[in-house]
Amino acid sequence: MSVDVGDTDSPSPAADHEVRKLDRVVIRFAGDSGDGMQLTGDRFTSEAAAFGNDLATLPNFPAEIRAPQGTLPGVSSFQLHFADYDILTPGDRPDVLVAMNPAALKANIADLPPGGMLIVNTDEFTKRNLTKVGYDEDPLGDDSLASFQVHKVAMATLTRGALESTGLGKKDAERAKNMFALGLLSWMYHRPTEGTERFLREKFARKPDIAEANVLAFRAGWNYGETTESFAVTYQVAPAKLATGTYRQITGNTALAYGIVAAGQLAKLPIVLGTYPITPASDILHELSKHKNFGITTFQAEDEIAGIGAALGASYGGSLGMTTTSGPGIALKSETIGLAVMTELPLVVIDVQRGGPSTGLPTKTEQADLLQAMFGRNGEAPVPVVAPQSPADCFRTMLDAVRIALTYRTPVLVLSDGSIANGSEPWMVPAIEDLPDLSVAFATEPNGPDGTFWPYLRDSETLARPWAVPGTPGLEHRIGGLEKQDGTGNISYDPDNHDKMVRLRQAKIDGISVPDVVVDDPSGEASVLVVGWGSTFGPIGAAARRVRNAGHHVATAHLRHINPLPGNLSDMLASYSRVVIPEMNLGQLALLLRAKFLVDAVSYTKVAGLPFKAEELQHVITDIIEGGMTR
Amino acid sequence: MTAIDLGLPTLGGLDGIPTFDGKQTAKDYKSDQEVRWCPGCGDYAVLAAVQGFMPQLGLKRENIVFVSGIGCSSRFPYYMNTYGVHSIHGRAPALATGLAVSRPDLSVWVVTGDGDALSIGGNHLMHTLRRNVNLKILLFNNRIYGLTKGQYSPTSEIGKVTKSTPMGSLDNPFNPVSLALGAEATFVARTLDSDRKQLTEVLRAAAEHRGTALVEIYQNCPIFNDGAFEVLREPGERDRRIIPLADGQPILFGAEQEYGVVRDPATGGLSVCKVAEVGLDAVVIHDAGLMDPSYAFALSRLTGSDLAHTVTGVFRSVNRPSYDDLARAQVKQARETKPADLQALLRGNDTWTVAD
Repeated sequence: MSVDVGDTDSPSPAADHEVRKLDRVVIRFAGDSGDGMQLTGDRFTSEAAAFGNDLATLPNFPAEIRAPQGTLPGVSSFQLHFADYDILTPGDRPDVLVAMNPAALKANIADLPPGGMLIVNTDEFTKRNLTKVGYDEDPLGDDSLASFQVHKVAMATLTRGALESTGLGKKDAERAKNMFALGLLSWMYHRPTEGTERFLREKFARKPDIAEANVLAFRAGWNYGETTESFAVTYQVAPAKLATGTYRQITGNTALAYGIVAAGQLAKLPIVLGTYPITPASDILHELSKHKNFGITTFQAEDEIAGIGAALGASYGGSLGMTTTSGPGIALKSETIGLAVMTELPLVVIDVQRGGPSTGLPTKTEQADLLQAMFGRNGEAPVPVVAPQSPADCFRTMLDAVRIALTYRTPVLVLSDGSIANGSEPWMVPAIEDLPDLSVAFATEPNGPDGTFWPYLRDSETLARPWAVPGTPGLEHRIGGLEKQDGTGNISYDPDNHDKMVRLRQAKIDGISVPDVVVDDPSGEASVLVVGWGSTFGPIGAAARRVRNAGHHVATAHLRHINPLPGNLSDMLASYSRVVIPEMNLGQLALLLRAKFLVDAVSYTKVAGLPFKAEELQHVITDIIEGGMTR
Repeated sequence: MTAIDLGLPTLGGLDGIPTFDGKQTAKDYKSDQEVRWCPGCGDYAVLAAVQGFMPQLGLKRENIVFVSGIGCSSRFPYYMNTYGVHSIHGRAPALATGLAVSRPDLSVWVVTGDGDALSIGGNHLMHTLRRNVNLKILLFNNRIYGLTKGQYSPTSEIGKVTKSTPMGSLDNPFNPVSLALGAEATFVARTLDSDRKQLTEVLRAAAEHRGTALVEIYQNCPIFNDGAFEVLREPGERDRRIIPLADGQPILFGAEQEYGVVRDPATGGLSVCKVAEVGLDAVVIHDAGLMDPSYAFALSRLTGSDLAHTVTGVFRSVNRPSYDDLARAQVKQARETKPADLQALLRGNDTWTVAD
C-alpha cells in the first residue's frame, strides 16, 4: 500500500531530520510557461531513474510558447510518479505540489488531496499577480490552505542571494529559481545530485556563468532544506524491484525514433524520413536528425503532403520510407496513404494523436484518430494499425510496424498519443542480438511469361507483391494510382478485375500475422473483461489492481494490433459476460469491436485532454462488476 | 551551425548514373502499352522526342525513372520502357525528391502539366526549384484542363471562356518561366512541342544540368484548346513572335533578324526594338550563366499571354549545389565521424542495472 506523505505529522523543529520510507510519491511541479517547469520535471525524473525507481511522467503544458506571464492559460506543469515497485501511471493526484506563482497554485490546488504538501514560491504572490488570476485575498494569508502542509519559500529572493557573488543581474539570477526548487525537492527525497550538476554544465557549456548560476541555485535549494528547520522530515523511496536488466529512462517519441533507427539497421535499409513539424510529433524528427550516421536521411518538407510523398518515393527506390505527424497531418497525407495502398509499397506513418477535431488541443492527449487511421481514405483502402501502450513500448511497436510494412509491402499506421510521446518511464535496454531480423529481398529476376516482369504477381503466402527497385535490369515497370490488372499491373478498368483487386488488397491486410492477445485474469474467475488500446494501458492496469485489491475479479486485455485484430480476440470477448472499453474518444474501438464481433460492449469514454485516472476507472469497473453501470 | 560546403558542383546531371555501352534506339524506350492520348495531341510529339533523344544520353534504361502527377501528360510514364510512377495530382515533385535524395544512381524525370504543376502542385514545384533537387521537370503547358474536359487552367489567358467560366475566367495567369525564376531555379527553359530540334537540344541540356531543370513545353490540346499556340507555328507570324535564345549570341529575331532585345533604361528591364533603330551593339548578348536571376526574369517578362513575343530556349543555367547532393554529403560526413553503434545509442549515457 502506498504511504501518503500527507499522512505525516506537522513539521517538528528538530535539527536532525527524520527519514521516513515511502513506497511511492507523486510530485507535481507547476509554474509559468517561462519558469522552466518541464526542465525541472525532466531533471527530477532523471534523478529518480538514476536512483533506480520505477517512474511515469505526465508533462502538461499550453500550446502557446509563452502565454501572458502569470496567467492561468500560461501555467505549465510536470507530474512525476516514482516508486519502489512497478507502477503503471503518472499518478492520479500529487502528494506534493510545487507552485511557483499564484496562477500555478490556482490551476492545480484542486488536485492536491487534504494533507498533501504544498511548497509555494512566495515571491510571486504580489497584489498584482494575485489579482491577475482572480484572488481577492492572498491565499497564503488566510486559512484557505489550512488542510495542506504549506511551506512558504521565497525562492526568487533566496536564489538571488545565493547568486550574489556571480554578478548576474536580478532577472538572470531569479531565472535559476526552478533549480532552487529542484534542489530542495532533491534534498527532501534523497535524490542523487551529480547527474543534474553534470547536465547543467553540459547544457550551458557555452555560457559557463549561467551554468554555474544554475548549479549554485540547485545547491542553494538543497542546502535550504538541510539547514532551515522548516522541513523536519525527509523521505526515501527505495529502488524498484524491476526485472533483471539494464534500464534507462525514455520518452515515447525518443523510443519511436530509436525504433526507427534500429529498424533500419535490422532491415539493412537506409531510412528516409519525410516530414513536416507538428506538435506533438516533431521530437521524432529532432531525434532522428541527430542520427544520420546510421544512414538516416531526414527531409523537412514544405508540407505534410510532400513529407509523405518523399517518404513513398524513397520506398519506391528501395529505402524504408517513414513519415511522422499528428491528426491534422494525417488528414493531409490520406491521399498518399491511398497511393501507397494501391502501389503496395512499404511505408510507416506515425500519428502522435492530440486533441481534435481541426487544430483542437495541440499539446493535450486523445485517441480520436483511430477511425481516421482505419478508414480515412477514399475507396477500400485497408491499412494495418498498431498502437504502443506506453513510452517504452514504442520501440517494440515500431519494429513490429516495420516488419509488417516490409513483409506485406503496405503502409502501416502507428498510433501513439501526446501522453505517450512526452511521458517517460524506465526501459529495459534490449541487447541488439535479441532483436528480430527484418531484412527483405528485392526482386531481381523476371517472374512472368517470356522473361517479362509482372509487378503484381503475389507471394502465395503473404499476398505481397515483389519489391522491384529502379536500377534492376529487366524489371522495368510502371505503377501508379490507377487500378491495375491482377498480375501484370497494367492499367485495367475491367469490372471483375477491380472487384478481385479490391478483395485481394483487403485479404492481404486481413492475413497479416499478428500475435494473439493475452488476457490478464489472475484469479481466472472474472466475468468482466476490460479491453484497452494505446495509452489507456496504464490506467486500466492500475485500476484493475485496485479493483482486485478490493476483493473483486476483473480481467484485462490490451490490443497492440487494431488492424488486423488478433485471431483469438473473438473467442476471448465471447468468454466474458461483460466487456468494457475505456477510450479517450467517443467509443471508436467499441464501434469496431461491436461491428466486427457483435459484442455488447460497454463503452466508457472521456476526452478531457488528459489520461484517465486509475481511481476513475476503478469506480467504473467496480460499478459494472456490481451490476450498476451499463452505459 | 554550418552547412556542408560542396563548393560549386563539379558534377554533371548524369554523373553517377550507370552508362550503357551497347546501342540503344528510340524503340528501346517504347513500352508495350497502347498510347491513349487524343489524335493530334501535342503529347505524341513530346513522347517521340523524348524516346528519340534518350538513347543519346547513353544511360542504362533501368536507371531512368519517370514520375508524373495526374492529368493527360501524366500518363507519360506508362509509355516509356523505363521505371515509372504515375502518382497523385500535383505531388510528383515530392515523390521524385524522395527518390532522388535516396538514389544518386538514377536519372529522375518529372512529367507534369500546367494544372498539375502550377495549381494543385504549385507549392511542391516552387520548393523543389528552391532546393535545387537533381530532377528534370517537363511542364506540358496547354493552358487548359484536358483530362477533366475543359476548364481553364492557371496559365489560361484572362477572359477564357470554358465550361467552368462561361462568362470568362477572371484570374491572372502564371508565366511558368517567371515563376521558376522567381524561385531561383538553376535551369529554366521553354520550347514548343512542334519544334523537335529545339526540344531535343533543351532536353539534353536539362539532362546534363545538376539540379532542378524546368522545361516548359507549349503543347497543343486539339480537343479543348486547339490552336492555343498556332500563331507560333504560322510561317507569317512565327518569325516576328518567337525570340530564340542562344548562349553568347545577341538576341535577334525576325525573318531578317531585324528585331533585337535591348535594355530598357526606363524600367530597368528588357524590351524589343528594331535593330536598325538602336544599332547591333545595343542588342543584349544572351548569358544564361548569370547568377543574378534578374536578367533571366526580365527576359521572361517579354512573353505575355497574347504570345506577341515568345522567348524560347534556355533562359538560365547556373551552378548551385543540389539538395540531394548536400543531403547525401551530410549523411556521409556523419558516417565518417561517428560510428553507427546501435547498442551504444540504445543504452545512452544514464543507465542503471537491476540485479537478481
